[in-house]
Amino acid sequence: MNAGEVSAVALANESLQQIDSQEGEIHAFVEIQREQVLRKAQAIDDGVAQGKNMGVLAGVPLALKDNLCQHGEVTSCASNILSGWRPPYDATVVSRIETAGVLIVGKTNMDEFAMGSSTENSAFGPTKNPHDTTKVPGGSSGGSAAAVAASMTPLSLGSDTGGSIRQPAAFCGVVGVKPTYGLVSRYGLVAFASSLDQVGPFAGSVADAAALLEVIAGHDPKDSTSLNAPAPALSSHLDDGVKGMRVGLCNELLEGCAPDMVAAIKRAAEVLSNAGAEIIEISIPELKLGLSAYYLIAPAEASSNLARYDGVRYGVRVDAEDVTAMNTATRTAGFGDEVKRRIMLGTYALSAGYYDAYYGQAQRVRTLIINAFTKAYSSVDLLLGATTPTTAFAIGDKVGDPMSMYQSDICTIPTNLAGHPALSVPFGVGDDKMPIGAQLLGPALSEQQLFQAASVLEHGANS
Amino acid sequence: MSSLPEGWDMVVGLEVHTELKTATKLFCGCANNFGDEPNTNICPVCLGLPGSLPVLNEGAVEFAIRIGLALHCVVQPSSFHRKNYFYPDQPKDYQISQYDVPINGPGYLDLPDGSRVGIERAHLEEDTGKTTHVGGTGRIHGSDESLVDYNRSGVPLVEIVSGPDIRSAEQARGYAAELRSILIASGASDGRMEEGSMRVDANVSVRRGTEAPFGTRCEIKNLNSLRSVQRAVEYEALRQIAILDDGGTISQETRHWDEDAGKTQTMRSKEEAYDYRYFPEPDLVPVVPSEAFIRQIEAELPPMPAQRRRELIAHFGDAATDAQLDQANAAVELNLDPFIVGAIEKGITPALALARTANELAGLGDDAMSLPKDDYIALLKMEDAGELSATQSKKVLADLVAAGGGDPKAVAESKGFEQLDAGALDATLDEIIAANPDEWARYREGDDKLTGFFTGKVMAATQGQADGKAVNAALRQRRS
Repeated sequence: MNAGEVSAVALANESLQQIDSQEGEIHAFVEIQREQVLRKAQAIDDGVAQGKNMGVLAGVPLALKDNLCQHGEVTSCASNILSGWRPPYDATVVSRIETAGVLIVGKTNMDEFAMGSSTENSAFGPTKNPHDTTKVPGGSSGGSAAAVAASMTPLSLGSDTGGSIRQPAAFCGVVGVKPTYGLVSRYGLVAFASSLDQVGPFAGSVADAAALLEVIAGHDPKDSTSLNAPAPALSSHLDDGVKGMRVGLCNELLEGCAPDMVAAIKRAAEVLSNAGAEIIEISIPELKLGLSAYYLIAPAEASSNLARYDGVRYGVRVDAEDVTAMNTATRTAGFGDEVKRRIMLGTYALSAGYYDAYYGQAQRVRTLIINAFTKAYSSVDLLLGATTPTTAFAIGDKVGDPMSMYQSDICTIPTNLAGHPALSVPFGVGDDKMPIGAQLLGPALSEQQLFQAASVLEHGANS
Repeated sequence: MSSLPEGWDMVVGLEVHTELKTATKLFCGCANNFGDEPNTNICPVCLGLPGSLPVLNEGAVEFAIRIGLALHCVVQPSSFHRKNYFYPDQPKDYQISQYDVPINGPGYLDLPDGSRVGIERAHLEEDTGKTTHVGGTGRIHGSDESLVDYNRSGVPLVEIVSGPDIRSAEQARGYAAELRSILIASGASDGRMEEGSMRVDANVSVRRGTEAPFGTRCEIKNLNSLRSVQRAVEYEALRQIAILDDGGTISQETRHWDEDAGKTQTMRSKEEAYDYRYFPEPDLVPVVPSEAFIRQIEAELPPMPAQRRRELIAHFGDAATDAQLDQANAAVELNLDPFIVGAIEKGITPALALARTANELAGLGDDAMSLPKDDYIALLKMEDAGELSATQSKKVLADLVAAGGGDPKAVAESKGFEQLDAGALDATLDEIIAANPDEWARYREGDDKLTGFFTGKVMAATQGQADGKAVNAALRQRRS
C-alpha cells in the first residue's frame, strides 16, 4: 500500500462491490459508510502519492461491530433503544485503527447489546452464515464474522464477553481472537458486562489477525482496567513454531462436543505434536462451573450498565405521564426480549437478600476457575479444545430456548471469567461441511505463544 | 440547652456531603466550577454516554485523605461500588460510590464544648447533576418541564458519616460548624452551604432516658445552613416525642426539611426506599495509596481549628473574658483567626484585633476572607494609634472588603475622616458640659455610667470623628 502498488480507493471499491453482491443475502451490516470510506481512501492515496507513510494498515477495509463508538456515525448496538444515536467521540480502538490507515466500511450486525450467540437477537433482523445461509453465523459478533467470511472486508472488529468473537469465528470459518482482559482498551466499547468485555480482531488469516491486534493493543489512560503493558510482538513471531511447547488437550473443552468436533480437535493436537509440541491430556473440572457463574455475573453487570438507557438524554424516548412512567415505557419499547431477560436476571441477582447467594456465590466460583486455570498453566503452556460443541446450527433452532442457546458458549466462557486470552482458528469442517474452530487458550498475556500455535494449526489444517 | 421534655433523650447522627475543590471532576477532565453556564462542563464520561469509562482523579484522592487525616480517621486501601437507582439527574442511573471499604475508616471530631463525636467513615463518591422544574407548580409534580444541568455531574464529594453520638440540636449544629471549619482549613472544600457545596442530612431518633435502646430513626434531608441543622433536629425530635407520648409509633422514613414552614415532611417511607443493589464497580481498580503518600499529605496538612483556637486564646492569657472566648471561637469557625493573629504579631492591641475581626469583619460575609491581611492590619494600626475612631474604622473596613482591598489611609481621606485635633475636642466638650450641667455634676461625683452619655454626645456632635479613647481620657482629666 505505502509503496503505491495498490490504491486504497481500489481496495475500498473492491470491498463495496463485494458488499453489494453479498449483503442482500447475508445482512452482515446495519450501516454501510459508502461515501465516507471512499473519501478516506482518496485521502490515503493522496498521502501515499506525496510520499507519506499512511500507517501500517493503510487502505485496508474493516467492518466495525455496532457496539464500538465511532464519532458521528450511527452506533446502535443493534437495539431500537439506541437507533440513530451518533456518539460525539471515537472509541480508542477506532482512533487507533484510523491512525493505522484502516478504512472503516460500516457497522456490523450483532445480537442486541452483545447478548446472544446467533445474531438473531438483533433489532434489525438476523445475519446469515455465508457458508450456508440457512445457518446462523454465531454471535454476538455475527456480522463481523460474516463480513470477513464473505470476503466483504479482510478485517473486522468484534467484542467478546463470553465467546462473542470466538464462537462466530468458528461458525464462519475465520480467525477470531479474544485478547487478555486489559490488553485492548474498552473506552468507547458500549458495555455489556464490564469485567468480561474485551475487543478483538477477526481476520481471514492468523497473520492478518496478528497485525490488527498489534494495532489496537496497548495501554490507554482512558480505561482504568487497561494493562500497563506494551502491545505484544506477534507478527514477528508467527513462524517461531511450537517446538517444546506443552499443550494441554483439555477434556472439559471436548466432552459434550459432537463426535466430528472431537475428531477434528484431536487431529489438531496431532498437527501440533508433529510440529514438536508436547501434547498432555488434562482435566480441569472447574471449567464446567463457568456457564452458571457467567449467567449471574454478566447479567448483574448488564443490569447496571444498561440502566442509562432511560429515555432522558439520548436514543429513543416514549413519552408518558411522569419520569418513572417514561423510563418504563421507553425501556419496554426499546429493549428486545433477551436484553429484558438478562436485565431482570441481573437485577434479581443483585437484590437485597439474594446478593450473596447469587452474585456473591458466582464471584467465588469465578475465583475457583481462575485458580484452576493457574494450576493447569503450571504444567502446560497452552490449552487446546473445541471453540463450540457443534458446528453452526440452523436459524430459528435455538432462539426459543434460551438455555440451549446459552450452552453454545460453554467452551468459551471460562476464558472470559479468568480474563485470559484465547483464539479460534479454522480447522477443517464437520460432517455437515460447516467450518470447525479449534480453540487455543493461554494464561494472561500469552498472545505471542497463542499466535505461534495458531499459525501452526492454520498451516496444518488442510494437511 | 436542649428543650426536650423531661425524661427524653435524642440520638442524632449526621451525614455530611462536601464537594471537593479539585480543578476537575472525579472521573473525567471537565472543570469543577460552580455557577457556570448550564451544561458547559460536560463530556462523554460525566454524561454517562454509552462506552465511556471513569478514570479516578488523584487530586480528589488526596483531598479525601486530607479530610480523613483531619478527622483522625484510619486511611486505608479502598474500592468503588455502584449504587443503582434511576433518577434523571444521574446520567448512568447509578452513582459511583464507596461501600464496604471506604478510603477513610473510623475517626473522631472534638467539639469546642469538649464533647467528642465519632466518625464512622468518610468516603469518596460522585455528585449528580441538578434538576430545575420549570413552569406550573415549579415542583417535580405539576411542573411543565424539568431541566437538567450536568455541570455538577461527577463533581467529587466526600461523605462524612458521624456515629450516633450527638445528643442535642445545639451539639448537632456545633458538630456541623466545627466540621465545616475543618473542611475549609484542610483546603479540601470551601464549605459554602448556601451554594450546596456542603450538605447535611440528619438521622434523628428519640428514647426515654439515656440508657434505653435507640428508637426508630428518620432521616432529614435538605439542611443547607447551620441554623437549619439545629432547627430541624429540634423539630424532628419534638415531633417524634409527641407521637410516642400519644401512644403512637415512629415509622422509619426519609423526611424533607421545609425551612420556611419550619417543619419536616414525609419524602418517602421505608417501603418506598430504593434497593440500591450495590456491587463492585468493574470499571475501576482499587485505590491503594502508599504510606509515603499519606505521610506526605499529613505533613502538609495546615493547622486545624482546635489547635488554632488554642493558639489564639493563648494571646490573651488567663485574662480572656467569656465574651472574648466566644469571639475567638467564632473567628476560628469562620477561618478569620489568621487576621487576628497576624495583627497581634504586628503589635496591634489583642482585644482590638479580636473585637474588630469577630464582630465587624465576620459580619461582612464570604468576601471578608479575600481581604488582603496587610490592608486589614494597616487599618487596625490607624485605629489603635487613635488616627481613626472606632466608627470611622468600621466604615473604612466595609469599603475595603467591598473593594477587595486597598490603602486604608486613602479610603479614610476620601471619606473625609480626619482625626479631630485636641483643641476641637476640648471646644466640643465645653459646649456639651455647658448644655448638660446636671449630668456633669453626677459624673463628677463618680457616676461612671454617664461616661457613655458624654461619649455618645461627643460622637453625635462630631459625626463619629472623635476617637472614643481620647474622649474618655479628656473626660477623666476634667473630673480629676
